[in-house]
Amino acid sequence: MITGDRLAASTAAGSRARGNTVDLEGIVHRYGGLKAVDDVSLNIEAGEIAALLGPSGCGKTTLLRVIAGFVRQSAGRVLVDGRSIDDLPANRRNVGIVFQNYALFPHMTVAENVAYGLAARGIGRAARAPLVDRFLDVVQLKALKDRLPKQISGGQQQRVALARALAVEPSVLLLDEPFSALDKGLRLDMQIEIKRLQRQFGLTAILVTHDQEEAMSVADRIAVMHKGRVEQYDTPSAVYDRPATPFVNSFIGTTNLLPGRVIGREGGSALIELDAGAVLAVPVEASIAHGMRVQVSARPEHLELHATAAPDRLPVQVGLVVPLGPTAVLDLRMRDGAGIKLSDRRTDSLPAVGAALHCGFRADARPSVFPLATN
Amino acid sequence: MTIAIAGGALDAAGTGGRRWLAEWQLALPLGLAFTGFFLAPLLILAVVSAFDDEQITRIGFAQWIKFLGDPFYWKVIFDTLKLGLLTVGATVLVGYPLALVYLGARPALQRILLFIVVLPLLTSVVVRTFAWIVILGREGVINGVVMALGLAPAPLRLLQTEFGLVLALTQIEMPLMLLPLLSVMSRIDPNLMSASAALGALRWRTLFRVILPLSVPGLMGGCLLVFASSTTAFISQSVIGGARLVYLPLLIWQQSLVVYNWPLASVAALTLLISVTACIAAISLIGRKIARHVDG
Repeated sequence: MITGDRLAASTAAGSRARGNTVDLEGIVHRYGGLKAVDDVSLNIEAGEIAALLGPSGCGKTTLLRVIAGFVRQSAGRVLVDGRSIDDLPANRRNVGIVFQNYALFPHMTVAENVAYGLAARGIGRAARAPLVDRFLDVVQLKALKDRLPKQISGGQQQRVALARALAVEPSVLLLDEPFSALDKGLRLDMQIEIKRLQRQFGLTAILVTHDQEEAMSVADRIAVMHKGRVEQYDTPSAVYDRPATPFVNSFIGTTNLLPGRVIGREGGSALIELDAGAVLAVPVEASIAHGMRVQVSARPEHLELHATAAPDRLPVQVGLVVPLGPTAVLDLRMRDGAGIKLSDRRTDSLPAVGAALHCGFRADARPSVFPLATN
Repeated sequence: MTIAIAGGALDAAGTGGRRWLAEWQLALPLGLAFTGFFLAPLLILAVVSAFDDEQITRIGFAQWIKFLGDPFYWKVIFDTLKLGLLTVGATVLVGYPLALVYLGARPALQRILLFIVVLPLLTSVVVRTFAWIVILGREGVINGVVMALGLAPAPLRLLQTEFGLVLALTQIEMPLMLLPLLSVMSRIDPNLMSASAALGALRWRTLFRVILPLSVPGLMGGCLLVFASSTTAFISQSVIGGARLVYLPLLIWQQSLVVYNWPLASVAALTLLISVTACIAAISLIGRKIARHVDG
C-alpha cells in the first residue's frame, strides 16, 4: 500500500511512514438494557480511512468512544497493531481525535492548543515550539498562532483541531462528524485536506458520519451501521453498487424500490415480473427462490427512457423534469400512479412533461434484489 | 406592513429623544426606590460622619481622626477583612471539590447534592445560627464526639473563636460560592475533558489546565459574594463569635444603638463599605490576573 509518493511525502514531514492496523473484535456496548453497539467486528488496514456510516443512534459514535477509551465496552476487544488497548485509559491510548465541535480549549491560543498534547507528554517548552510551528505549517495556520479559537473561522478551527491531534503523532486518527459544522463549499476543501494529511502522515483513520456522500468521498472503506450492527463493510463503490441489505441500499444514494415476483429461476439469475408491468432477468443471490415476493432496487442513474415498448420496459409518463447542473432528474409516473426517479445527463433534448415513454434498465445496470418482507 | 415599518422608522427618527425617555420610564420605580432608600441614606451617613460631636452640632473630622488613629479600630477592620478572606478560602477549598463531585454525579445524586447545598438559604438565620451553637458548644455535638473518643483532655473551645465562626460561615455561605460556580462549570463542554484525555493528559493536568481556568469566572463570582456576605454577617458574627470577637458590623451596632455616637457609627459604616469594596476590587483584579496567567 505504501507508494513511493506517500513515503516521500511523509518522510518530508519527518513523520512515521506507516499506520497501524485497527481491529475490533465482537464489540458490544450496553447502555442500561439497550445495546448501543451489538457485536461489531471490523478490520481496518494500516493507512486506511474507514468510515462508520449510519443514521443517528446507530451506535457509530459509541463505537468511536470505545476506541478512544472514553467508554469501556461491555464485551469485545480493540486491537491496535495486533495489541489489545482495552486496559489502557484514554490518556495512554495515543489516539488523535477531532470532535464535531472541534473542542478547542477556548482559553488557549492556537499555538497553545497545538502544544497541549506535547506538554502532556512531558516535552519541554523549548522543544515544543518548533514542533508546534511545524504542525501549524502543515495546516497553513502559522500566521494565526497567537489568536484565540473564537477569533478564527470554523474551517480554521478545524485545522487547529487537526494540527493538535496530529502533533502527538497518534497511532490512530478518529474523526467524529468533523465536517458537519462547515459550510458546504468549505466541506469539500476540508475533506480533501484531511485526506491529504492522512496520506502524508500515513495514518490509519476512522471517520464517523451520517452523511453518505462524505463517507463515499473520504473513506477507503465504509462500515454501514444500523441499530448497533454493521450491515456491510466494503469499499464505497461496492457498498453503492452491491448493497448487502435493503437498509444499506436505501441509506446509500437514492433508489427506486419496485415490488415484483420471481417467476423463473435459472443458475445465478432470476426472471422477475414487476407489479408495474415489466419482466426482467437479473442476477440474484441464492436465497432468492422461485415464487418469492421481492423488491428490485433501481438507482435513478441505472434507468433510461425509450420511445418504444419492450417486455423489460415499464410504461411511464413524464411528471416533472428537474435540471440539477450537469444532470437532470425526471420524476416518472408508472401505470399504477407510483413515482420513480430517473437521472440522466442534461441535454437539450429532454422529454416534455406529460410524454408517454418506456423506462428500462441500462445495459450496464446491476439492480439489487431483496426479498420483500410479507407481513 | 411596509407602510407601517416606514412610519415607525419616521417616528423613531423624529422623536428619538422622547422614545429614549419612554424606555427609561420602565426603570423609574426601581430608580426612585434606589435613590430614596439607598443613595439618600448613604449621603446622610456621609454627612453625619462629618460631625465632631455626638449631638451632631459641630462640623469637623474629629471622629474620622479618632477612628483611624486608634489601633483598636484598625484591628477591628483587619479582623473583619481577615474573617472574609478566611471564609472565602474555606468555601473555595470545600466548595470546589464539591462542585467537581456534583458535575461528575448522576442526575439523581445531583438533585440531592444541590438540595443540601441550598439548604442554608432555605433556613431561617436564627435557626441555623443556633444550630451551630448546638454543634460547637461545650456540651455540643463535636465536643461530645471528641470527649467520647478521648481525643482531648477537656472540651475544645469552639464557640466564640474565629475558627468556630469560619466553620459556621463556611456552611452558611456555601450556596453563594457554589451556585455561581456550578452555573459556570456545568457549561464547560465535556468534549474538552475528552480531548484533554485523548491528548495524553492526566486528570490533574485536565483539572488545572482546562477545568480550573474555565471555571475562574464562577469562582470569582462566588468569592465576591461570600466575601461581601461574610464580612457583613452581623447575626452569625455576634451570636457565634460572641462579644469577644469584635467585627465592624458589631461595632456599628454598638456605636449607633448602645453608645449613641452616630458620627462614629457612620465612620465605621463607611469604613466597612470602602474596605469591603476595595477588597472585592482587589479579588476580582487578582482573579483576572490568575485567569490570564493560567491561560498563558
